[in-house]
Amino acid sequence: MREDALLHRRVATVVGWSALVSLAVLAVLGLWVAPPDAVQRDAQRLMYLHVPAAWLAYLAFGVTALGSALYLWRRTRSPVWDRIAGASAEIGVVFTALTLVLGSLWGRPVWGIWWAWDARLVTTAVLFFLYVGYLALRRIPGPGRATRCAIAALIAFVDVPIVHFSVDWWRTLHQEGTVFNDELKAQIHGTMAFTLFWGVLAFTLVFVYLLDKRYRLEALEEGRDERELEQAIAERVASGETGPGGAADLVDSGAPR
Amino acid sequence: MPLVVRLRSAVCLLGRFPALAGVDLDVEAGEVVLLSGANGSGKTTLLRVLAGLHPLHSGTGVVLGHDLSIDRRGARRAIGLLGHETGCYDDLTVRENLRFAARAAGSDAAASDAVLERVGLSAQGDVAHGRLSAGQRRRLALAVALARNPRLLLLDEPHAGLDAAGRAVLDDVVAAAPSEDRTVLLASHELDRTRALAGREVVLAGGVARFGVAEPPTSQTSAAKAEEEEVRAG
Amino acid sequence: MNLWREVMLVAGKDLRIEARSRVTLYQVLPFGLIVVLLFAFALDPSRGVLARVAPGLFWVAVLLAALLAVSRSFQVETENAARDGLRLSGLDPAAVFLGKAGAIAVQLAVLEVALGAGVAFLYDVELRSVGLLVAAAVAATAGVAATGTLYGVLAAGLRVRETLVPLLLLPVVAPVMLGATRAWEAGLGRAASDGWPWVALLALFATLYTSIGMLAFGSLLEEA
Repeated sequence: MREDALLHRRVATVVGWSALVSLAVLAVLGLWVAPPDAVQRDAQRLMYLHVPAAWLAYLAFGVTALGSALYLWRRTRSPVWDRIAGASAEIGVVFTALTLVLGSLWGRPVWGIWWAWDARLVTTAVLFFLYVGYLALRRIPGPGRATRCAIAALIAFVDVPIVHFSVDWWRTLHQEGTVFNDELKAQIHGTMAFTLFWGVLAFTLVFVYLLDKRYRLEALEEGRDERELEQAIAERVASGETGPGGAADLVDSGAPR
Repeated sequence: MPLVVRLRSAVCLLGRFPALAGVDLDVEAGEVVLLSGANGSGKTTLLRVLAGLHPLHSGTGVVLGHDLSIDRRGARRAIGLLGHETGCYDDLTVRENLRFAARAAGSDAAASDAVLERVGLSAQGDVAHGRLSAGQRRRLALAVALARNPRLLLLDEPHAGLDAAGRAVLDDVVAAAPSEDRTVLLASHELDRTRALAGREVVLAGGVARFGVAEPPTSQTSAAKAEEEEVRAG
Repeated sequence: MNLWREVMLVAGKDLRIEARSRVTLYQVLPFGLIVVLLFAFALDPSRGVLARVAPGLFWVAVLLAALLAVSRSFQVETENAARDGLRLSGLDPAAVFLGKAGAIAVQLAVLEVALGAGVAFLYDVELRSVGLLVAAAVAATAGVAATGTLYGVLAAGLRVRETLVPLLLLPVVAPVMLGATRAWEAGLGRAASDGWPWVALLALFATLYTSIGMLAFGSLLEEA
C-alpha cells in the first residue's frame, strides 16, 4: 500500500513538472516561434490559449459525467468516482470562464465585437451555467449529495450536444455567415497547428495535475470525517451508559432484566 | 416462526451523527414488541430504518425477507409506519387522503372506508386535512398505515396526542394484530399502558439495544442465556 | 396495479389539490400575464416590435411561470412529510414521476392557452398554422414539465430549493426555448423557414428527459 502511494506521488510530481515545462514551451512557441497571422497579426496568438482552454472546459465536463455515471452504476459504485466528478467540475468551471473571457479578448480587437451568437460560444456559455448549477449542488452537504450531483451532471451532460445542435441550426437558418464564423472554420497549418496541438497537450497535463491535487484534498477530508465518525459512535455508545436516561438510570427505573 | 426483522450491528447515520450505533434485534412474526428508551436514544430512527427510509451505514438488516443493503424499497408494500406526521395533503379531505393511500397500496375505496370507520374518523370524512386537530391527525395516520394492510406495523409514539377514545382504538388495533397476521413494533414513553400490550420490551440507550431481550421468547433456551446477553451489552 | 393506473392516481391527486387550492389559477396565471405586460413596458409598445418578438416573449413567460408551477408541485410534498408518504406508499417511482410531470403539464397547458390569448390580444398577432403551434406547444410543455419535475424532486428536501431549481432548470431547457420560439415564429407566419423540424427537436428533448426522469426519480426521491 505504501509503495502504491509512493509511486503515486512520484507520478504526480512528474506530471506537475511536465505541465510547468510544457506551459513554458507553449509560451515560447505561442509568443515567438509561431508566425503572426496575416490579417489579425499578434492578437491571433490568443487562440493558443483560447482553444486549449475550450478543449479543457469540455474535457472536464466529460470527466465529471463519466465519474457520475460510474458512481451511479452499482457495480462500480465508489466514492472515488464522486470525488473525481466534483474535482473535475471545479477545474472545468475555471477553464470555461477562461474560454469565454479569452474569446472576448480575441474577438474585440480583431472583429470589433465582444460576443457573437455562434453555436460554440453560446454552448460554452450554457456550459458555464451548467457548471455553476452543479457546483451549487455540490456545496449542499448530506448523505445524498453524491447521488444528487451525479444525476444532475448526467442530465446536464446530455443537454450540451442538444444545445450545440439547436444553436448551430438556428444560426445557419439566419445565414449569419460573419467573418467570425468563417475564421473559426479556417484551416491552420504548420507551426501554428503544432503550437495549437502543443497547447492542448500542455493544458491537459495541467488538468491532470490539478485533478489529482483536488482529488487528494477531498479524499483527505473524507478520511478525517471517517475518523471523526468512529469517535462519535464510540461516544454515543458510552453516553448510553453514563449519561442521563442512560443504562444506569434505566436499571433504577425498572427496565426489564 | 419466521423472523420478520433481523438486525445485526446496525449503524445508521443522520448526517454525521450515529443515531444507531450497533443495534441487534430479532422479531418473529406475530409478536408485539415494545421499544423504550429516553429521548434521543434512536427509537424513531430504528423504526424508520426498518421501514427502509434510511440506509444503514454498516451492519446487516433483513426485513420481511428483504435485505436492506440491497433493496430498501421491496418490503414497503407490506409495512405500515405511524410516524410523527401523517404524510397527507392539507388540501384534500380525510377520505380523499385515505383513498389515495389505499389505492396506492392496491386496495379499494370500500376497504379505505372500513378503515376510516375502525379508527373512528367517519364523521370527519369530508373535513380537509389542514383543519384536523392533532389527535385526529394521529388517527388518520393510523388509518393510512392500516389501509396498506401491512404485515409489519411500526408505531412511533402512537398514543401521543390521542384522547381516551383514540387510545382505546389504538389498543384494540395492537391487540388484534397477531390474529390479523400482523407483527407490531411500537416505540413509546407510555410504559404503563404499553407494557401491558407488549409481549416483550427492548430498551434503547445511546443507539444500542441494551436491555430486555434481543431475541424472541421462542428461540431462548434458558433465562441464564438472557442474563449473559445483558452482561455483555451493559 | 399497473403503471398507467398509478400515473393516473398521482396525477389525479395533484390536479385535485390544484382544484381545491387554485394556486395555479389565481397566482401563477396572473404572474404569467403580468410578465407579458411587463415586456410591453420594457419594449417599445408600438405594435410592430411586440408582434415580431411575441413568440419569444410568450415562451419566456411560460418558462418563468413553469418555475412557479414546479415549485408548487413539490411544495405540497413538503408539508406533513408527504414525501415519506409517497415513499412508503409502494407506488412505482416512475409512475410518481409521470403523474407529477403530467399534472404540471396540464396546468401549463391551461396557462399557455390563457397567456397565448393575452399575447394575441396585447401584441396583435395573427395565427397562421394552428396545428404547428399546438404540436410545438405540446412537445415543449412535455419537455419542460419532465425536466422541471426531475429538478423539483432533486431539490425537494433542500433548504435552498427555491433559488436552486431556477438555476438548474433554465440552462438545461434553453433548447426548448429556442425550438419553441422558432416553431411559433413559423406558426405565426413570421419566419420563412419550416417550423416542423423544430417540433421534432422538441419531441426528442421531451422523450429524452421523460426517460431520464422515469429512471432517476426513484433514487432522487429516496434522497429527498
